[in-house]
Amino acid sequence: MPQKLDYLRETASQTAGPYVHIGLAPGAAGFDIYRQELGQDIAGPNAGGERIRVEGLVIDGMGSPVKDVLLEVWQANAEGHYAHPEGGGPVEDGFRGWGRVITDFETGEWGFDTVKPGAVMGRNGRMMAPHLNLWIVSRGINIGLNTRMYFSDEEQANAADPVISLIEWERRRATLIGKRSDRDGIPVYRFDIRLQGDDETVFFDI
Amino acid sequence: MKPAEYYQRDRTLHPPALTPDYKTTTARSPRYSLISLQNSVSEITGPVFGHNDIDPLDNDLVRNYAKDADPVGERIILHGRVLDENARPVPNTLVEIWQANASGRYRHKKDTYLGALDPNFGGCGRTLTDENGYYFFRTIKPGAYPWRNWDNSWRPAHIHVSVFGAAFVQRLITQLYFEGDPLIPHCPIVKTIPDPEAIEQLIARLDLNATVPLDSIAYKFDIVLRGRRSTLFENRLEGN
Repeated sequence: MPQKLDYLRETASQTAGPYVHIGLAPGAAGFDIYRQELGQDIAGPNAGGERIRVEGLVIDGMGSPVKDVLLEVWQANAEGHYAHPEGGGPVEDGFRGWGRVITDFETGEWGFDTVKPGAVMGRNGRMMAPHLNLWIVSRGINIGLNTRMYFSDEEQANAADPVISLIEWERRRATLIGKRSDRDGIPVYRFDIRLQGDDETVFFDI
Repeated sequence: MKPAEYYQRDRTLHPPALTPDYKTTTARSPRYSLISLQNSVSEITGPVFGHNDIDPLDNDLVRNYAKDADPVGERIILHGRVLDENARPVPNTLVEIWQANASGRYRHKKDTYLGALDPNFGGCGRTLTDENGYYFFRTIKPGAYPWRNWDNSWRPAHIHVSVFGAAFVQRLITQLYFEGDPLIPHCPIVKTIPDPEAIEQLIARLDLNATVPLDSIAYKFDIVLRGRRSTLFENRLEGN
């Protein structure tokens, strides 16, 4: 027998189940327990850059909205820095870059307010186009799904993005683009996530 | 530490997306393969939490929702460490849990099971690991409950666990089960995991040494997150 490798093995994932809100968003589950729920304010009051709203649906293989999803976002600030010791540079006081939202129980709509991130330095000196890193869990999802949302008004940067261009099927790249419109002077990006079937969203193993 | 990548996730020990015996997965599982990304700064970073974010009582589910008495049920201490695959502790990381009460009923407006709600039990808690990756909660052992999968499906007693780690690639949600529970081998959600050892790793163990005599029984549950490569030679991540 060769020597044993003494690495531990990662704990296996399990679905977050239908009552994920109790733990991670108890206010939405219908009860008040914590002084503050986490993930409500992504950018904070001091963040530079353009204030935006992002919203959408998560849609299952039957075309129905999934109404018990919990979604987390991880993003850089407008300078392209993450709020982390290895995040590439300083961020504004109060900028967390992380948010947590749930879908409306009746409609399945989710949304959050934040600032538009800047471009981030990628591997081998190639800039990544501005993007949001998203992670979704729910009943029926055995292991959290990672995806990215890019911005429809960043066509040039998107065309040069090293992650988008890794997707061999050009048609699938469009599933990662949030579409910009304006509502009462606020830019709104629409990003529907399709779990399965026609125009299935690209998911990553990160 | 210089920026370095995390080990590739071993997806043979995790459940695949499509596991038809757990019926909800059939319409919620992608049909195309995941696209593998080498880590960039977007993946090796993640949110940082501190003691301002939470309160000291947040890890005590016996007290954090108690109105006029302690909740009903088996008092337990749940404790363990958060480690990475290199067996290094993961300090100051946020661990969040949620669970049903002793009747198997969740305090959630969507749960209509006839098991009774407990007016003194909320069912969620959170804490930060200490510098050794150690965490603990006090709670009530949850009851099993029925769910609509097959006609007679029952979840084993379980506590849902969410952990962050230091990077978005380490983000993990799982469920812990209790040693000796005969429902474990019958559960289609447990059995989404193809690897028997990976299932064993989700079973919290009775820990008499940590039990508080005449007060609470203890269970130990260690959580392992992805490990990080050492940079022996060139580090391609930095790349500029």
